[in-house]
Amino acid sequence: MQTMVAESPVNYVNHQHSVASWLLTKDHKRIGILYLIVVSIAFTLGGIFAALIRMELTTPAGDLLSADIYNRMFTMHGVTMVFFVLVPAVPAVLGNFVMPLMIGAKDVAFPKLNLLSWYVFVTGFIFTVASMIIGGVDTGWTFYTPYSTQGSETNVLLTGVGVFITGFSSILTGLNFMVTIHRMRAPGMTWFRLPLFIWALYSTSLVMVLGTPVIAITLLMLVFERGLHLGIFDPRLGGDPVLFQHLFWFYSHPAVYIMILPPMGAISEVIACFSRKAVFGYSFVAFSSLAIAVFGFLVWAHHLFVAGISPYSALIFSFLSFAVAIPSAVKTFNWTATLYKGAIWWKTPMMFVFGFLGLFLVGGLTGIFLASLGLDIHLTDTYFVVAHFHYIMVGGAIMGYFAGLHYWWPKMTGRMYNDTLGKLSALLIFVGFNLTFGPQFILGYLGMPRRYHVYPPEFQVLNVLSSAGASILAIGYLLPALYFMYSLKWGEKAGPNPWKATGLEWTTQSPPLPENFPQTPIVTEGAYEYTKREIKVA
Amino acid sequence: MPNGSAAGHAEPHGHHHPALQHHFDDLEQQHEASTLGMWLFLVTEVMFFGGLILTYTLYRIWYPTAWAIGSEELDIYLGGFNTIVLILSSLTMALAVRAAQTGQQKATVTWLVLTMALGLTFLVVKFFEYKEKFELNHVPGPYFQFEGPESPHVQIFFSLYFALTGVHALHMIIGFALMSVITTMAAKGRFTPEWYTPVELAGLYWHFVDIVWIFLFPLLYLVDRHYVG
Amino acid sequence: MSGHISPKSTYYAIFGALMVCTALTVGAAYIDLGNLNFPVAFAIAVFKATLVVLFFMHVKYGSRMTKLIVGTAFFFLGIMLALTMSDYLSRGWFTSPNGTTGAGAITSLSGPAAPAAEPAAPAEPAAEPR
Repeated sequence: MQTMVAESPVNYVNHQHSVASWLLTKDHKRIGILYLIVVSIAFTLGGIFAALIRMELTTPAGDLLSADIYNRMFTMHGVTMVFFVLVPAVPAVLGNFVMPLMIGAKDVAFPKLNLLSWYVFVTGFIFTVASMIIGGVDTGWTFYTPYSTQGSETNVLLTGVGVFITGFSSILTGLNFMVTIHRMRAPGMTWFRLPLFIWALYSTSLVMVLGTPVIAITLLMLVFERGLHLGIFDPRLGGDPVLFQHLFWFYSHPAVYIMILPPMGAISEVIACFSRKAVFGYSFVAFSSLAIAVFGFLVWAHHLFVAGISPYSALIFSFLSFAVAIPSAVKTFNWTATLYKGAIWWKTPMMFVFGFLGLFLVGGLTGIFLASLGLDIHLTDTYFVVAHFHYIMVGGAIMGYFAGLHYWWPKMTGRMYNDTLGKLSALLIFVGFNLTFGPQFILGYLGMPRRYHVYPPEFQVLNVLSSAGASILAIGYLLPALYFMYSLKWGEKAGPNPWKATGLEWTTQSPPLPENFPQTPIVTEGAYEYTKREIKVA
Repeated sequence: MPNGSAAGHAEPHGHHHPALQHHFDDLEQQHEASTLGMWLFLVTEVMFFGGLILTYTLYRIWYPTAWAIGSEELDIYLGGFNTIVLILSSLTMALAVRAAQTGQQKATVTWLVLTMALGLTFLVVKFFEYKEKFELNHVPGPYFQFEGPESPHVQIFFSLYFALTGVHALHMIIGFALMSVITTMAAKGRFTPEWYTPVELAGLYWHFVDIVWIFLFPLLYLVDRHYVG
Repeated sequence: MSGHISPKSTYYAIFGALMVCTALTVGAAYIDLGNLNFPVAFAIAVFKATLVVLFFMHVKYGSRMTKLIVGTAFFFLGIMLALTMSDYLSRGWFTSPNGTTGAGAITSLSGPAAPAAEPAAPAEPAAEPR
């Protein structure tokens, strides 16, 4: 695809300069950048909490942080990372920017609603950060009752309200994306010509729309109980605290699929481009995305295995939890098959893809361990669980996010970053990550509980390794901030298609026009018409 | 099936309809997108109320006696009256949409105003119901007072009563605000048979709020009325 | 703009049906149908809701997509209710001497005492859905 692209000096960045033109924008591309700023701030904040946690855990004694402060640290680390980084990162940053371009549309279906989503997100973030500033919360990001409703004396109400508000950002974005994908595809863009990133975003939006309202009402009930003394989960009245857990996880489990599906979509895009090959088994990958979204709603009680639920119910949920792994496995096999006989082009985005493939595999497989009822009794609430979900969330989701960010950065900014530094940061992240979380599997197996700030001395060596890994990881994450910023002013100009990729977003200039395309594109072929003849070596 | 043809529909007078937003190709695409958006929003509302319905279901199964006792404390006449009022308001809303569809501006405004009046009636009645509950100390919390061994469970019943009807009333208030905007637009003659989407969308929302009440009425007011005569 | 226009008579007829159903459901509440009271009330409510959805919200004349969306919403609501209740309703199967533990029996903080010791607990161990 070497078509001549009409380039204009006007793009979505330079056509209007005022602060108001950014804060009142209806352009999905600017909104994506606005999200990038807030998500990056949140990631830094969550990272600081993580650093404090790892610093405390280098020694067995509780010498750096008291138990009470430590509880607040891991709670706020969780809240920040889950709701303000992992859920919005790929959909709200990359999805907002790229999705309309990919389908050949001028914008999303409801641009003003899109801007509102961002403001709602920021409002929720402000509430939550305010709560942290005045002392934070110590209930864990899971807010279990009755501690959150009656026991805890921390700012549960304020944080609960903050997260409640943020949920609406998710709901509105999901709604916007679904309508856009249904109704605003360019002529010729049939469903099965859509890039897999779009299938991933669509599946994610399904989960956002169906699941997020449930956590909204759950948090509202929590707020009612704590603030207005409505006794819904109060055991003194005959209420059931486990009901809160059912309601909470009904959203929070599908939420982890909100966190992983879009990065998986980004992986599909990058792996095709840098293998110079169509993704193997396109329709299997597409349908697997939908399957993950739907099946993801059927497994939540595997978080309640030891909470006192019926063993018969636990059996059903265990079986379903095994089943939900299948579509993920299908995707992993298909990506691997995409690599086979591909012409691998070693650029930074591809480094993150390889990191993803290995780490997501480990994370996914260890999930199967936890889905096994007998094993879960031993492993639940230990560091095994912590390691499992960090392999998926950080090794999987954040790696996928970085892959996408490095892939689409030239499109978003019109600039190339330094690829050597990019590869270095990918390597540091991979090594640092494994050193941080690999030992935690062993710690969990040996019985070290999670959410404890002290531990027996025999666990110290593994903890020190983990903390050392965390410092390498921190450097790995700091580097992109530096070279991305540098590239904005001094990076090489990217041109419309530096990666010689397929996809409508690469047929237009970088950065794109405010209205995306000079005229509406007409689509005549599938998403990944790469030919192996075009082997490009940097 | 691709949507939004590049060729577009020929605009009747060769210019854009004032309500057409620039990122859409034509009014039909815009209308389909808007309606799909509202339906998806209603899906979120179903799941939102669903969490409360789940909670209700569990506790009703666990505490059937308390449920019967609590239900009897609610005024079935006021509840029944409100049900009739709300269903009537759905009728007037449907007629308002129909009037907009057929280009009858005055009738549209009339039916919309009636819908708002009925909605307001519902809220006023609700206010008096809540007032009575406050006076009887049936509001859960430190001032809750209720005789009998089932008192703790009855407090859960009332917690759900207030949560369910409170969230519903909040949706009614939002609906009322929405209606006033739509009515103002209708009074200014903004709607034609070619474009009346906001009326249609407001209608969908209003009917949804009615449907929630159609469930809440038997769930809260009609639990085992025969049990206590 | 395409949109099915129903005759006013349709709307009045549906309204009439809704009124009849409301009267029915109030009446049925005063009759002791035992375990059927709740299913009857629920069925009437579902029927009323269906009328509103099909005729007032025009889903009967709408696209397949609209019908799919309505179905999907209630399907997932059903999942949430069914799978959660699968936990609560199967607690204590074959393991508790009196059948289900019927939970919710703890109303004091003195620990999970035997349900029989709790004065206000319903005597019947298997609390059937009303």
